[in-house]
Parts: sequence; C-alpha cells; structure tokens
Amino acid sequence: MMGGAFMRAVRSGVSSLMLHKLRTLLTTLGVLFGTSSVISMLAIGEGASYEAQEQIKLLGSQNVIIRSVKPADDRNAGNQQSRVLTYGITDADLERIEQTFPAVKRVVPMREIQHDVRVDARVMTPRILATRPLYIDVTGRLMWEGRFLTSEDERTLKNVCVLGTEVARYLFPFESALEKRVKVGPDYYTVVGTLAPRVPLSDDPPAVGADVTGEIFIPYQTARKWYGKLQVSRRSGSMDMQEVDLHQVIVEVDHPENVALVADAAREMFGRFHKKRDYEVIVPLELLARAAETKRIFNIVLGSIAGISLLVGGIGIMNVMLATVTERTREIGIRRALGAKQSHIVIQFLVETVCLSVGGGLMGVALGLAIPVAVEHFADMITIVTPSAPLLAFGISAGVGVLFGLYPAWRAAKMDPVEALRHE
Amino acid sequence: MVPVAHLRDVTRLYRMGDEEVHALDGVTFDVLPGEYWSIMGASGSGKSTLLNVMGCLDRPTSGTYKLGGEDVDTLSDDDLSDLRSRRLGFIFQSYNLIAQLNVLENIMVPLFYQDDPPADGEGRARRLAERMGLGDRLDHRPNELSGGQQQRVAISRSLVNDPDLILADEATGNLDSQTAKEILDLFDELSAEGKTIVFVTHEAQVAARASHVLRMLDGRIEDVIEQRPRVLAI
Repeated sequence: MMGGAFMRAVRSGVSSLMLHKLRTLLTTLGVLFGTSSVISMLAIGEGASYEAQEQIKLLGSQNVIIRSVKPADDRNAGNQQSRVLTYGITDADLERIEQTFPAVKRVVPMREIQHDVRVDARVMTPRILATRPLYIDVTGRLMWEGRFLTSEDERTLKNVCVLGTEVARYLFPFESALEKRVKVGPDYYTVVGTLAPRVPLSDDPPAVGADVTGEIFIPYQTARKWYGKLQVSRRSGSMDMQEVDLHQVIVEVDHPENVALVADAAREMFGRFHKKRDYEVIVPLELLARAAETKRIFNIVLGSIAGISLLVGGIGIMNVMLATVTERTREIGIRRALGAKQSHIVIQFLVETVCLSVGGGLMGVALGLAIPVAVEHFADMITIVTPSAPLLAFGISAGVGVLFGLYPAWRAAKMDPVEALRHE
Repeated sequence: MVPVAHLRDVTRLYRMGDEEVHALDGVTFDVLPGEYWSIMGASGSGKSTLLNVMGCLDRPTSGTYKLGGEDVDTLSDDDLSDLRSRRLGFIFQSYNLIAQLNVLENIMVPLFYQDDPPADGEGRARRLAERMGLGDRLDHRPNELSGGQQQRVAISRSLVNDPDLILADEATGNLDSQTAKEILDLFDELSAEGKTIVFVTHEAQVAARASHVLRMLDGRIEDVIEQRPRVLAI
C-alpha cells in the first residue's frame, strides 16, 4: 500500500509539473548544468592528472635524472661565428656520481647525436641516443622484438642499433626491421631490436613525410669512437657549435626513501663544480607529489564551482516551488478539506521538487557523460569518468531537491485550510 | 439517537486589530441522522464560520462540538484531517476540483488520504460516477466539463468515503436555474436515502426542500424552523 501511495504521489507530481512544461524545463536547467559540469570537469581533471602521472612514472619513480641545459645567458656569445659553446654534464661529473654516493645503484649516461637517419628514400631525424645496456633495466622499458644493446656490443664497438616503435614503423612500414641496415649519418647500423611503445599508438603507420619523432639507440662506446663531442649545426649564415659530454644521466637509487637524499646531494655537487646553471636535476618522485597536490587543489576548486552551481540550481528550484505553492494555495485548501494531513502536503510538494532536481540530475548525468566523449574526440585529450562521479553528482542533485524543497513544502503544509480555501 | 453534529454554546472569536469580532456567539443545536438542514443568513452572519467548524476545518474558541459523538476540540491536526477524510463530505460553490486530476481521480481524492483506504475504492468511485451520469467521462479533466458536470463530480467525491455528514456551501450558487434544480433534486434523493446534509445557502428555493431551516444573524441563531416532513416532488 505504501508503495502504491508513493507511486501515486510521483505520478501526480509529474502530472502537476507537466502542466507547465516550459517552466519545469527551465527550472531543471540549473541542476542539469551543475550536474553535467561536475561530471565532465572531474573526467577531464582525472584524465589530465592520469596523463601527467603516467608521464612521470615513465621517468621511473626510483630515478634521479640529470640533464644538460644550454645556459640561457650565453645565447648572445653563442651567436658569434665559430665560437664553441661548452656546457653540460661532463665525464668527470659522471665519475663523481658513480663513486661518491653509496645509495646510487646504477648510473646510465646518455649522449644525443644529431644526424639524419635514412633507409633508401625515407629520411627522418629522431633522437639518436648513445647509451649503455643498463638503460632498459633502469627505465623498465619493454622490447617489441629482438634484443636491446649488450655489453658485448659495447666492448666490440659494434655498429648495431635499437629502434623505437615509431621510428621502426616509419622506416620499415611493411616489414620487420630486424637485421635491416639503417644509415645514421655516414655510417650503417644493423637493427637488432625494436622497443615497445611507451603509450599505445594509433593503428595506421604514419604517412611519408609526416613529422615523426622517435628514438634510436646505439652503443655508448661506439658513439664515443665515431662521433666527437663537437656538434655543428648550420643555420643560414652562421654556425652553431656545441660541445657537450653527456646530455643526460639517469641515476637509479637503491631505495625510494633515498631518492630525495641523492637528489639533494647531486644538486649540491653540481652547484659546486658548475659555475653556470647548465644542468637540471629532475626527480620524478617530487614531480609525482607535486602532480598529486595539483590534482588536490584542482579538485577543491572544482568542488567549490560545482557546489556553487548546484546551490544556484537549488535556489532556482526553491524560488519556483515557492511561487507554485502560492499559485496552488486553493488546491492545498481543497486537499486539506478532503482529509490531507500536513505530512501529505509536505510529501506532495517534496516529491515534485525532487522530481525536478532528479530529472535535471538525470539529464545532467547524460550530458556529463557525453561531454567527456566529445572532448576526447575533438580536443584529443584523455578523459576518465570514474563510476563514482555520476553517482556523486546524481546524489547531490537529489539532495539539493530535498534540501531546497523542504521550505516551500513546509510553507504549503502550514497554511490555514480555511484561508487557503478562500484564496482565489 | 446520537446526533451526527452536536453543538453546545459554540463561539468563534476573531481578533481584528484591537477589536474582537464574534463570528459565532453561543451557537447550540443538534443535527440528527437523516436530517437535511439548511443554514441561511446574510453574508457576515457567521454561516461560513459555522460550516468550517462543523467541517473540522476551524476550531471553536469556546464551546463543544461533537461529530458523531466524538469530541473534536481535543483532536490534533492530523486526527482532524483523518476525521475529514473518513466522516465528512464537502461540496463547494466553485466545485473545487483538482485541475491536474481526471474525473475518476478527483472522486477518489478523499480515499487517498485515508490511513486504511477501502480495497474497492476505485469500484465505488466508478459506480458513483455512473450514477451521476459521468460514466463516459472518467478520464476527462475538470476543465473539459460543464459546471453541472463538475458539481456532479464534486458530489460523487463527497460520497466516496460514505460520510456521516455532507456539508454543502452554496452548492448551486454558480449554476443556472435548470442545472441548480437538477442538483437540488439530487440532494433530495440523497436525503431520501438517509444521508445527513447541512446546506449553507441564501436561496429560498433550497431552504424550501430542507427538513430544518436555521437562520443566522450576527453570529447567533435567529431561529430554527422544523418544516413538515418533505415529500419527494416528482
């Protein structure tokens, strides 16, 4: 019986609302937009922070990364002809890192070489990275096929290389890259393996001439022997010469707790030996913490915005319901005369308010689920709709209905039946 | 016999600014089962207040009102509501149907508010509508009906809970004379079936049909005339 009475209340509430379709629709808009903005903003925020965290995780949470940076204040001097700019991490730095810190487990030096890479007519300029076999262990990257560089390659100065997926797909779109020869600058290298991509790539291979970045790895010692430290890049009318020992050093620490310690020590050490600020110490763990903090602030800001918009929606609903109660004073009087208790009147108007807000909430959830899909499609961003987001948004909108419906419903119930009946 | 309505020295005071107005001043009378009372009086004589008190919508300031032997003065708002839904039927001058409900739903409204509604409420409502000649209009809305039809819906509604007392407030005031006569004939029928009716009016032709005529003047009973037992005019 209770269920029947409730269903009747809902049906009667809906039919009352349907008497004024436009007013009902406009009233629900506030909650609709509030709910949909909560869901879609949460989804976009969640996606952005996911992307950021994935990128940071790729650097390795147990690693400290030191990069060479071209000092900003030397730019003018560097423009003079045939002046060699020397900066960055030196071989001596590498040695000091390896020998000074007990918490350091493994150190991977990397050099970047600038050359074209070509196979027949296909040319590209990927990052050519000279590194040690340890690279794959420290970064935790996976092989797609073949093998990574080995210490045997290092020792015998072999001309072998490992391609990143993008490079392999561009240079060898229709066949396996294994055992093929690739021309790096003036020399030929044999492909011994390809790396799995860090993030999933699209299914279609890139078109010829497309701007493909990627990586190609060659043995550290081989690079040292064949390519000097001096790198010359020609621009119109000027030559830019740079001398850099190492472009990047990945330092793996034995335990996550020691990461901050090693990072601080490295900063201090570099501060002592480098007059210019030609290096940069990156600690993925710190970045991760900063990303989490950013996300927290974002959530607070989002929560306030969502709260305000739902509050505004709720006030809109209350306003309309107060007008409705006044407009239907006579109906309230009739119902009271026919035996409606105050609680019946409260329930009647509360049900109507909740129908309004829940209706708006449901449409808002639908819109809120559609917006992230559209954003993903048009803006090429990752969005993540966690199951709790629609539930939360919907729950809040229903709560708003009850909260802002109580006062109008109470006003209706407290009317004097005699006065209400006399109302025109 | 227990009176359906029992009023002893019922007084209703309104305070207007500093002035006290006696809407009802020491009203005493009994309505026995099956009687058909007509309450007459000029506007402001207190007849509407009397009807509101008898309908448990308003409480007397002092005095006693018993409905079917039950003392109403001490009941809570909820109990009064319950009483209205079970034991009273209201018929108004302007019909007072609920616009968003259809005819059948309008007739059933008093049952919706009963704590323990009868199982066959809907069948009862249908039979009443049938009797009132509304059988083919059950799913019509009030604004699709003529005034006479709306008042028939209201009468059906007042009968659906099989009330002890039917209270009519100028029930023919908005109708043309032909329709008014039809509605009054309907009241005669109900009275003949033994229903107890209190009909507030200022029209003599209504009063002529009643078994008792009560005249109000300035909140007091001016006189009560017991008329000859009526014969159904056919």
